[in-house]
Amino acid sequence: MYGQFKTIDEANRAVIDKVVSGTPFLLDVVPAKSVIDELNGKVLLHAGPPIKWENMTSPMQGSCIGATLFEGWATNADDARAMLENGEIEFIPCHHVNAVGPMGGITSGSMPVLVVENQDGGNRAYCTMNEGIGAVLRFGAYSEEVINRLNWFRDVLGPTLSKALHIKGDGLNVNVMMARAITMGDEFHQRNIAGSLIFLKDIVPFILQTDVDEKDKQDVIQFLADTDQYFLNIAMASTKAVMDSARQIQHGTVVTAMCRNGYEFGIRIAGMGDEWFTAPVNTPQGLFFTGYDQDMACKDMGDSAITETFGVGGMAMIAAPGVTRFVGAGGMDDAVGTSNDMMDICIDHNPNFSIPTWDFKGAPLGIDARKVVATGVEPVINTGIAHKEAGVGQIGAGTVRAPLAAFEKAIDAYAVKLGLIEAE
Amino acid sequence: MLYTIVKQNSYQDSVNLMLLTNKISTMEGITKVQIMMGTPANKDILKAADLYTEELDNAASNDMCIVVDTEQEEKIEEVLEEIDNYLSNQAISAGKEAFETVNSWDKAVNALPDANIAVISTPGQYAAEEAEKALDRDMHVMIFSDNVTIEDERRIKEKAHEKGLLVMGPDAGTVIVSGVPLAFANVVKTGKIGVIGASGTGIQEVTTEIDRLGAGVSHAIGTGGRDLADKIGAITMLDGLKALAQHNQTEVITLISKPPAKEVRDEVVQLLHSISKPVVAIFLGEEPHNHEGNVYYANTLEETAALAVDLVKGNEIKSNYNTLHSDVPAVELKPEQKTIKGLYSGGTLGYEAATLISRGLNLGETDHDQAGYLLNADGFEVIDLGDDIYTQGKPHPMIDPDTRIQFFQKAAQDESTAVILFDLVLGYGAHEDMAGALLPGIEKIQQETKAKGKNIYFVATVCGTDQDPQGIDEQKAKLAEAGVIIRDSNNQATLTALAMLGIEVEVGTKEVVPATVEAANVDFTVSEAIEKLLNEKPSVVNVGLKSFTNSITANGGRVVQYDWRPVAGGNPRLRKILSLLK
Repeated sequence: MYGQFKTIDEANRAVIDKVVSGTPFLLDVVPAKSVIDELNGKVLLHAGPPIKWENMTSPMQGSCIGATLFEGWATNADDARAMLENGEIEFIPCHHVNAVGPMGGITSGSMPVLVVENQDGGNRAYCTMNEGIGAVLRFGAYSEEVINRLNWFRDVLGPTLSKALHIKGDGLNVNVMMARAITMGDEFHQRNIAGSLIFLKDIVPFILQTDVDEKDKQDVIQFLADTDQYFLNIAMASTKAVMDSARQIQHGTVVTAMCRNGYEFGIRIAGMGDEWFTAPVNTPQGLFFTGYDQDMACKDMGDSAITETFGVGGMAMIAAPGVTRFVGAGGMDDAVGTSNDMMDICIDHNPNFSIPTWDFKGAPLGIDARKVVATGVEPVINTGIAHKEAGVGQIGAGTVRAPLAAFEKAIDAYAVKLGLIEAE
Repeated sequence: MLYTIVKQNSYQDSVNLMLLTNKISTMEGITKVQIMMGTPANKDILKAADLYTEELDNAASNDMCIVVDTEQEEKIEEVLEEIDNYLSNQAISAGKEAFETVNSWDKAVNALPDANIAVISTPGQYAAEEAEKALDRDMHVMIFSDNVTIEDERRIKEKAHEKGLLVMGPDAGTVIVSGVPLAFANVVKTGKIGVIGASGTGIQEVTTEIDRLGAGVSHAIGTGGRDLADKIGAITMLDGLKALAQHNQTEVITLISKPPAKEVRDEVVQLLHSISKPVVAIFLGEEPHNHEGNVYYANTLEETAALAVDLVKGNEIKSNYNTLHSDVPAVELKPEQKTIKGLYSGGTLGYEAATLISRGLNLGETDHDQAGYLLNADGFEVIDLGDDIYTQGKPHPMIDPDTRIQFFQKAAQDESTAVILFDLVLGYGAHEDMAGALLPGIEKIQQETKAKGKNIYFVATVCGTDQDPQGIDEQKAKLAEAGVIIRDSNNQATLTALAMLGIEVEVGTKEVVPATVEAANVDFTVSEAIEKLLNEKPSVVNVGLKSFTNSITANGGRVVQYDWRPVAGGNPRLRKILSLLK
């Protein structure tokens, strides 16, 4: 009934074994359209399960306008909006083309993407680069400043990193960087400063060897030094590559993707392959910059929950004591409590990512949709919070829960597929 | 007006600063405030919030920037002080509870590895499943929940018996192990009388009486009301009796039960006669005429306690414990006032009152056709207000005064009512001040009847001890102030109420005669788990009602609270799917 496996537990074990054996390497930074065929045309990728323009949040629409301007398909925001409303531009979920995108996740052909190869599964995954904070495309901003930064990414940052990685030759082993960073207080979703520093330390010697202009070298290194969250997108592409490899085992109830498009939260489970199971998305709760409050928070967006799917981010809250206070007013006890609760819905600990503050237990491994439904414990996702109006950008950070209903639908569909119960 | 303070080289994590900003912004007189490190990105955020000032131009990434918008310059000093306080005192000291709270069996066992008893108060439909999980982890079980099917009860009790474990309940309201009261129980002195009973309030009445008479209780084991039904066959009662028989510190055993199935009764009685310790037994509703050998049969709960206390103290056994031993208050009644309305929160207490009244009136076997009625004859009524039909969607009358006040009023409106008889049950789980809660209703009724030129009398028994959280003396004092006539036991209260109407209950004397049942050769060996239960303070996994932890921690037991939730939120289809997806 479960292929070569006798039980669901056995199938689930095979899936999480693939997660543990995953070996992602950062190989290159290339224009998205050079590795994603679908982007050769008027096409934009977006975060989360499939969505129509009219259901997108204002920030996600803002990102689309920004990308349309950046690609030169329109010269002003009004024209861009008209094109998008007219349906002249096609939308595809990042997840459908081996990619993941932060927040709005809007990715266009000329944007440089990180190329990560999972050398265990032989598959690749892509993600745009982190733009820093403030007025940035992923939070819906599309001002001249935003477009200029994207141009610089395309013309300077991307090519420079590509050259550096080519000089390095065999890529950067992401597991090694993550294993170190998790002991330094990163959880790879809300806090990435250690990972970003490790990356900087590893890449700078090669940047210095490139033939790019001195000023550009200087700017690239300065940008990487200033961008605390740079590693987040590397982690996203890497965890996507690993989860996609595990997804090849099409049996069992392990969650293989979680993502949100601001309208719906979507999950996949191993046994249901590519099918999305969705539920209305929640709004993150958290701390806000001055002048902003919970009422202004946009509903949850982004493919970054791939990190939680892999078992880090909010799942490994205890790894990042520095950000635990986003959980509430609590301290270490709440952080331990959160990760302990997450173990109620996970199958095992990941031996690759031992967490010192958790008695060196490994990060949670393998969210079992059955356990989520049985216990009602919803995965915790650490996330940035966008303003619900396009253009304002990030207004805070906090946590959000993956809605239970998506997991209920997934196991219901799986039981029906296996012929154990009639469809309702 | 914006004020800017730049603290150079004073790095703080951004989360800290966001929390600090939240805190300062609640200070009086502060319009807006933002505290951030002086990074370029943060400066942009300050600009967007209209909080940017020229002083920030030179602030660097490692400088803490404080921008305050206020009309009162003197506030700045206060703000800076508050910031210093906050930054120098960031340890979070959440008040810790005396026990851990968990959300799964595995975590419960991790938190309290030597847990040996589970107290289960989930909705009844889930209780059996949780009981099995506890048995699988080698724990004894007390099932407080009701609505467990008799088939489930039999299955788990058989499983427990095979594993050498005790299942107390379902519907076991009261248990005391090694001085630790569980669920609805009173704090009684520890001593040498072991109690086992198929009635929660029966156990409460007997244990508090034992306490009042100056003796103490070793253990009180509630078996659940159906344990002596033929479908169960007294599995818990028999194992519990053997355990008490083997327990060194228990010198006298007391058994409380409603009339059991015939074959079950025979088996239990045979065991009683095989125990070398004296046993006091009451089968409520039966009218025994003799004690037999080492087994003493009581007519009332009061007699049960008194017999046990005399036996444990080595006193001579009296031939009659059931006479009225206090003065009968003088009454002034209208001719039509002839009846007693018994309005009980304790089912067994109500049952005892109904039996006594029925005897006093020579009614013989009474039928109580309506649910909740324990007696309904000639205007005499005894109602168990804890019966399901009165508690659906409402708290039990031991917790909630409303139903009782309503029935008090209804009784007072009945022209024939002379006496309203009721119980006040104290202890863990019960209302924190039921006397205080009932008083306004009682006083109102008294005033209204006075206005009509007649009297109505309230007679009450208070079941509790001076160690109970409510304190029996305070509760009695409150009732006495309103003119309620209070008696020490339910028997005395009922006899008093009857005597006030000139009705006497004929009480027979009892002598000790040789046993008619022969002792059997019983294997009294008990399991290690039962031995541990009776010889050590319990370690409890409390599954469900959090308030049940109070009695445990206050009396030296250890507990972990399991905040139970039904699997899949109780959704039947998802529960089924989960059982299929293995």
